[in-house]
Amino acid sequence: MSEKVIEGSRAIAEAVALCDVKVIAAYPITPQTHIVEALARMHANGEIDCEFVNTEAEFSSISLILGATAAGARSFTATSSQGLALMHEVLFAAAGLRIPLVMVVANRALSAPINIWNDHQDSVSQRDNGWIQIYCESVQEAVDSVIQAYKIAEECLLPTMVCIDGFYLTHVYEPVSIPSKEKVERFLPKFNPKYKLDPEKPLTFGALAFPKDYARIRKQLHEAALRSKEVVGRVNREFHSIFGRKYGNGMVETYGSGETAIIAAGSVCGTIKHFIEHENKKLSLVRIRLFRPFPRREIREALEDKESVIVIDRSVSLGNAGTLFTEVRDVLYEMDKRPKVTNFILGLGGVDVTRKTLRYVIEKHGKVSSGHVEIVEGD
Amino acid sequence: MKDLPGGVIESVGSTARNKTGGWRNFKPRVDFSKCVGCGVCEKFCPEGCIEIKEVEHLGKKCVIDYDYCKGCLICMEECPVKAITKEVEEK
Repeated sequence: MSEKVIEGSRAIAEAVALCDVKVIAAYPITPQTHIVEALARMHANGEIDCEFVNTEAEFSSISLILGATAAGARSFTATSSQGLALMHEVLFAAAGLRIPLVMVVANRALSAPINIWNDHQDSVSQRDNGWIQIYCESVQEAVDSVIQAYKIAEECLLPTMVCIDGFYLTHVYEPVSIPSKEKVERFLPKFNPKYKLDPEKPLTFGALAFPKDYARIRKQLHEAALRSKEVVGRVNREFHSIFGRKYGNGMVETYGSGETAIIAAGSVCGTIKHFIEHENKKLSLVRIRLFRPFPRREIREALEDKESVIVIDRSVSLGNAGTLFTEVRDVLYEMDKRPKVTNFILGLGGVDVTRKTLRYVIEKHGKVSSGHVEIVEGD
Repeated sequence: MKDLPGGVIESVGSTARNKTGGWRNFKPRVDFSKCVGCGVCEKFCPEGCIEIKEVEHLGKKCVIDYDYCKGCLICMEECPVKAITKEVEEK
């Protein structure tokens, strides 16, 4: 296992190359571009043995890897923002057909106004389509999560999205431990789906379902999505036993023990940890690593003894409140003693979340009543 | 029948059991005395339910499979010798 200082996108590409991927299809979009550029270079240099397809748009990328994976070839694509929005229709089909795709989403704001910087609006807006969603805090976690994602997706027969903050993780250089091929092979079994498109043994994929059949199959999909939480937790433990790294319980990660809990997802959690460590030990962090399926019990347990809760969103459910906030408050409703909960929507379209921002949030949280929702425009 | 993940069906040809001819409002009728068996209709039929095949004593003719013909009448539009006409489907 070698540790090196490497750009996030390049590190993710190396992780993909370690996973015995047979088909890669992609269309470049900022800030995802460096990931697929690195993979294209590896392919051109003969470093990875796979098909590489430059598609004309993201709709084709996702459709192509859906077909490839249905035919039994482990596949990969990555996108951002408008590209993910363009894939929308096929994302539902992939989950409904139980095709274990793996996709990296380099999170970026959605138009309009047009903006290339980071927030979570793109992937959060895809929360209801049956995909598993993992949000990463560091480049190391992004690398490890890609490898874990294939195992999770293929065991659950559910597509899995690894969400990494655009620029903050895609373009940053960090010391990263790239796992060895031998260890990845030990961790990740060969992809050999029981049901696949094969002319020798034909099956029907994607048949029409009349109402009752549809409802039953969708119910099964929902139950599979709920069950996949256990697999995410187990895969996190198995990964730890081979590679020596784990991310909380795979679903949520807690940091500090202060009585006011901050809930957030993604790279902003690094800033929050730093803030707790150096400025305010009365806080604690509950980092949401798994956003879909939503780890309700784990969040409830993490908030059991907290006096108040601040939910930091990087996206807005326009016309209501921060998306994570509404879901966390839903979980709090089931608790005997409901803590005060406020919502601060930070870092839209790449606004930096600084220690000063966090100071403002903490102070404001103390002054307002439960249910306060606020979009902070920046320092 | 046991459900497989994603609604996969272990047999093929399930679509054939769904006889979509019942959706038809207009029925194309082929006049064999005019049909020259050129196959234009066969190529244009979006359902793939026209076949040019040997009809006893008449040679190669347009034969429509009414189990699946939805009555779109593209064959009638395209027929170069006007051998196909429509009639209202009686149900």
